[in-house]
Amino acid sequence: MADLIKLTAAEIAAKIAAGEVTAVEVTEAHLARIEAVDEKVHAFLHVDREGALAQARAVDEKKARGEKLGPLAGVPLALKDIFTTEGIPTTVGSKILEGWLPPYDATLTKKLKAADVVILGKTNMDEFAMGSSTENSAYGPTGNPWDLTKIPGGSGGGSSAALASYEAPLAIGTDTGGSIRQPASVTGTVGVKPTYGGVSRYGMVAFSSSLDQGGPCARTVLDAALLHEVIAGHDPLDSTSIDAPVPPVVEAARNGSVEGMRVGVVKQFRGEGYQAGVIQRFDESVALLKELGAEIVELDCPSFDLALSAYYLIAPSECSSNLARFDAMRYGLRVGDDGSKSAEDVTALTREAGFGPEVKRRIMLGTYALSSGYYDAYYGSAQKVRTLITRDFEKAFEQVDVIVSPTTPTTAFPIGERADDPMAMYLADLCTIPTNLAGNAAMSLPCGLAPEDGMPVGLQIIAPAMADDRLYKVGAAVEAAFTAAWGHPLLEEAPAL
Amino acid sequence: MPGITREEVAHLARLARLELKAEELDHFAGQLDDIIGAVARVSEVADQDVPPTSHPLPLTNVMRPDEVRPSLTPEQALSGAPAQEQQRFKVPQILGEE
Amino acid sequence: MTVTDLVSYEDALATYDPVMGLEVHVELGTNTKMFCGCSTALGADANSQTCPTCLGLPGSLPVVNATGVESAVKIGLALNCSIAEWCRFARKNYFYPDMPKNFQTSQYDEPIAFDGYLDVQLEDGEIFRVHIERAHMEEDTGKSTHIGGATGRIHGARHSLLDYNRAGIPLIEIVTKPIEGAGERAPEVAKAYVAELRELIKALDVSEARMEQGQMRCDVNLSLRPKGTEKFGTRSETKNVNSLRSVERAARFEIQRHAAVLSSGGTIIQETRHFHEEDGSTTSGRIKEEAEDYRYFPEPDLVPVAPSREWVEELRAALPELPRVRRNRLREEWGISAHDMQSILNAGAVDLITATVDAGADSASARKWWMGELARRANEDGIELAALPITPEQVARVAALVADGSLNDKLARQTIEGVLAGEGDPDTVVEKRGLKVVSDEGALGTAVDEAIAANAAIADKIRGGKVAAAGALVGAVMKATRGQADAARVRELILEKLGVEG
Ligand SMILES: [Mg+2]
Ligand SMILES: [Zn+2]
Repeated sequence: MADLIKLTAAEIAAKIAAGEVTAVEVTEAHLARIEAVDEKVHAFLHVDREGALAQARAVDEKKARGEKLGPLAGVPLALKDIFTTEGIPTTVGSKILEGWLPPYDATLTKKLKAADVVILGKTNMDEFAMGSSTENSAYGPTGNPWDLTKIPGGSGGGSSAALASYEAPLAIGTDTGGSIRQPASVTGTVGVKPTYGGVSRYGMVAFSSSLDQGGPCARTVLDAALLHEVIAGHDPLDSTSIDAPVPPVVEAARNGSVEGMRVGVVKQFRGEGYQAGVIQRFDESVALLKELGAEIVELDCPSFDLALSAYYLIAPSECSSNLARFDAMRYGLRVGDDGSKSAEDVTALTREAGFGPEVKRRIMLGTYALSSGYYDAYYGSAQKVRTLITRDFEKAFEQVDVIVSPTTPTTAFPIGERADDPMAMYLADLCTIPTNLAGNAAMSLPCGLAPEDGMPVGLQIIAPAMADDRLYKVGAAVEAAFTAAWGHPLLEEAPAL
Repeated sequence: MPGITREEVAHLARLARLELKAEELDHFAGQLDDIIGAVARVSEVADQDVPPTSHPLPLTNVMRPDEVRPSLTPEQALSGAPAQEQQRFKVPQILGEE
Repeated sequence: MTVTDLVSYEDALATYDPVMGLEVHVELGTNTKMFCGCSTALGADANSQTCPTCLGLPGSLPVVNATGVESAVKIGLALNCSIAEWCRFARKNYFYPDMPKNFQTSQYDEPIAFDGYLDVQLEDGEIFRVHIERAHMEEDTGKSTHIGGATGRIHGARHSLLDYNRAGIPLIEIVTKPIEGAGERAPEVAKAYVAELRELIKALDVSEARMEQGQMRCDVNLSLRPKGTEKFGTRSETKNVNSLRSVERAARFEIQRHAAVLSSGGTIIQETRHFHEEDGSTTSGRIKEEAEDYRYFPEPDLVPVAPSREWVEELRAALPELPRVRRNRLREEWGISAHDMQSILNAGAVDLITATVDAGADSASARKWWMGELARRANEDGIELAALPITPEQVARVAALVADGSLNDKLARQTIEGVLAGEGDPDTVVEKRGLKVVSDEGALGTAVDEAIAANAAIADKIRGGKVAAAGALVGAVMKATRGQADAARVRELILEKLGVEG
């Protein structure tokens, strides 16, 4: 059954539907893989063996009763530990929620269950999704399956590592400033940040509410599309959820093409700080797009230069408020309650003990940015930058159908290298952040290995809001061309674990 | 932009309810100063006549009808409580307001 | 606590001019909370009306209650406010254990209603216009019970118990502009404003606005400035003043206290103060040593509210007759003075009297019962008039029984007493207690004859023309019939039998 773990989600679903394999067999194969390699990779914080097998059995019973199965029925999935799962630990990578068993399922969790997707467990992440390396997890770092001494990206490093190590064919991530795309980029997998509001945030532990967006992670563009369709759609429990039909992403993924498309290349997405190998692979990708029939258009988006700064004011500001609820009163950790201390002191002691340094740093940064006297200069200005970035995108999309860029300026860096240099760490999201600020959609997919270190490079495709299907149309075309050129999927070049 | 002092960090930590240790105050003072120094660039646009964006989508008037939906049971509500008593969340003494 | 030496009210007003600001929080009577579908019904088990959203569980999100917004617009319109074309919710960030998210979802610089006024009528009929700064939407907090200290007080408590059933119940906060020029009438204006606002809220049917249940709570901000000066003095903020009478007393006390401090050369510190029902005093609460930094910012989890002009006009057209207009109409119909009407308003009796009249009583007797016997009982029991266990229909029935001579006043009072004691409706009480007026002419005649015989001297005086003496004989007959006779009829019979003209 070893080859079951190498199949794509689409292939697994087809085999289960055809009766060639059972969902339980598929689940067991993945559980066995987790057992075998996760000690090294540390993609999972919690493996729900019993729950996964029970879900798989239910799929097999459905099949036996002759009921029609959904397009991903019986396919295993690794769920980022930021979505609530009723009765299953949800930690958000933080000590402050250690042992918390949510009394409710996130909308996304419910949708996965309703689609008979088998949830294998919860994946590691930077604490509260703050980070680009998964080193900020309170439960230890995750290794990059390409090179376990390197970071798997973040915050969703657990999800991307689970895919790259064949522990799961599907995973869920969340992307506030690049936390789906950057991990996908550095692990040679596919990750999509849908249009803001495309996937419900209900039950997704908030980091920065106006930027956070859950999305699909997979090893192929089609698998991502299939998962996208399962998790997207309007949710009355999320006021910011889009009440409109989900763009036809699966259809687009099945009909990849860039023929006659105008593809933009933004001049701000290169220069200092970009690794030579990354630029090289990116330039090759642009050449490929041209070869495939696209017209390449040079774009100038001057406000993008301010994106990182705006992001590091808006996200910390919102997080300082969102994380105030972790106060030791109603759930989670409580420290120092010896009967003599006040609630105020217990809250402060608990937060000191329960939050890691990056979380504290951002809470204080946000508290500062929102303070009276600083609000206009910082938070207020950052929101103006946001408007300017949106306008730059609008102008750009008058000229082009999609924009492409490197997903991240460098390949995976060694674990520990930027751990205590927040500014260096923040640069990892240079190319991904503008999209979060504007709310439109973007994808990262592999475009080769950097010659200098042999690590994967990601190509980012950016589409206008609500045009998520364009990502898949372009992504599928690029994926097919590259796979043909390489003779196999890029991931097959990863060393065996 | 003014540098962030240790005292300011202490004040922020109080506002944010973080009982920071002495060495953390120093450490964060330096780091926050660096970060703020870098991101303060956004104030370049402070004087521009541009509306701020608080929400990435131009949605308005998302509301729900005033209809009761099932609540959690008290057991579920209290299931994560660090301490409870009389079906209520038990918390340390509250200072201040009466 | 140091005892504050007060300056007499008259002396205070001779030197200083009070400026007030009133902040009233009204809990809406919606079925569900402001941002989640949990019930708002009172009296439920602790923490049985909570969900991920109102408990602030990680991952939960708010969705606005449409009726909450509609109520806010109605209140704004009734207060002659402009209604925002576009406004947002904002987060007010501060830590407090009764607030699950440690921010209150409120509104900041974009309230849904702003720039209005409310005309309030003072006891002498004078109209005073109170300008409204804003009315905005927000949510209530949970309820804490303090254990281990003296009877539920926070000081000395070892720990507290939290029930979040109330957390998230919709609140409308209504803030006045500084109320200037009320002079010595400031406390009266404060009370009349809150009374008028309560009537308005009830007339709009958006809340029962029962102050004793905390459905309407008032903060009284007050400062003094030397007469003839413009600049406002430093204010104190007296929190949670929860009855009309207390609003008046709190304002009065603060005027006297501020005057005492200022006259002795002291300075007023900006602080919150607590009002004490027992003696009408206030004591120092939390000192605002630094301006509180709530770090407001637009609530990213909720989208803006943009009430369409068509909808606002629909709501405006459907507003009920405003209480003051209605009261003036009723005052004319009932033929009473402005002062009497104000007393009726303060007693919370306008609707009760109206309903009693609607049930068939004449307005004079409806007023008499509600403002007399029943007001006395409510006062004794320390409850609102409306909370008495008697309905306007029952009062109307008592009035009818008096009108047709079946009951006299004394018997009517006993009947009401029986209804209040839960003995049934008026007819049942009359039946069970045997309270019918003795109208049997034969029995009455005998009683009159006996009284004349037993009081020959008095009878002679009456025969001799001293008609006023008949009262003594009436008393004797009433006593003999245990009060169940119609006194007027008894008098007639006595005069008749003694052959004198009445
Ligand atoms: Mg308020
Ligand atoms: Zn609720």
